Amino acid sequence: MLTVTLSSYLTLGALLFAISVAGIFLNRKNVVILLMCIELMLLAANINFVAFSHYLNDTAGQIFVFFILTVAASEAAIGLAILVVLFRNRHTIDVDQLDEMKG
Amino acid sequence: MTFIDLNFYFFSALLLAAALGVIASKNPVHSALWLVLSFFSCAALWLLLEAEFLGIVLVLVYVGAVMVLFLFVVMMLDINIEEMRKGFVRYLPIGALVALILAAQMIWVVGPIGPDILDDESLKQAVRHGADYSNTKELGRVLYTEYVLPFEIASIILLVAIVAAISLTLRRRKNTKYQTPSKQIQVKRDDRLRIVKMDAEAKE
Repeated sequence: MLTVTLSSYLTLGALLFAISVAGIFLNRKNVVILLMCIELMLLAANINFVAFSHYLNDTAGQIFVFFILTVAASEAAIGLAILVVLFRNRHTIDVDQLDEMKG
Repeated sequence: MTFIDLNFYFFSALLLAAALGVIASKNPVHSALWLVLSFFSCAALWLLLEAEFLGIVLVLVYVGAVMVLFLFVVMMLDINIEEMRKGFVRYLPIGALVALILAAQMIWVVGPIGPDILDDESLKQAVRHGADYSNTKELGRVLYTEYVLPFEIASIILLVAIVAAISLTLRRRKNTKYQTPSKQIQVKRDDRLRIVKMDAEAKE
């Protein structure tokens, strides 16, 4: 039970994912923390990829993590740029006040 | 329980504690710093999994670039923290409930208890490579042969991200004074200089 196996890493990824889902529920007004929670979710998925890559002895999983890191970095850059433009126009980043599109 | 197992439990506890710090901090700057700690402990876990290149990339790219960007943006925006914290207590029960159910379901599938879908002999014991094995070399070999086209697409995605981020945040202020070199060198003598004809005046 205490020996580390593949299932320990998968459990860790599941717990991390659940924590970040809870973070999206709790901080649903603050866009910055929502972006951070998305980063944590991607990290949880990456832990699963790396663990399977190690235990299957196959480097393809690590290549996938490489591409996920690339896409996540560009997503964070564009998201933060949108956030800066939003704050410049509205002077708030409160999700509840972003209702111009009547969504 | 070996030394590697102890390291796993230490760094995963640190990772989960740091993730809780991210979602529970009052100040977004503190959240960003907790996120840095969680990236560091995840990099240590990846080192345990013999993914040395990705562990170092996580520290260099994420902690070095993405988190610094996050900190810049958080510190430049003037966020009303008290206003942002409204609803935290209200959504705490439902958030915790959803997270608990989600975690229980996923652990039931992949965890040590429940249906043993990972009951495959090849998954039980990982191959530990020797000291002469280079993870970076192996990753580079696969990346530049089998995955060379996805690698090119990844570079284009990064280029698009650069262009998008710059074009979104670029703005021209209306009242900014700036020089136009082409107009400066096109100026004629008559635009600047006016010669006034007048009679000489006698000194009193």
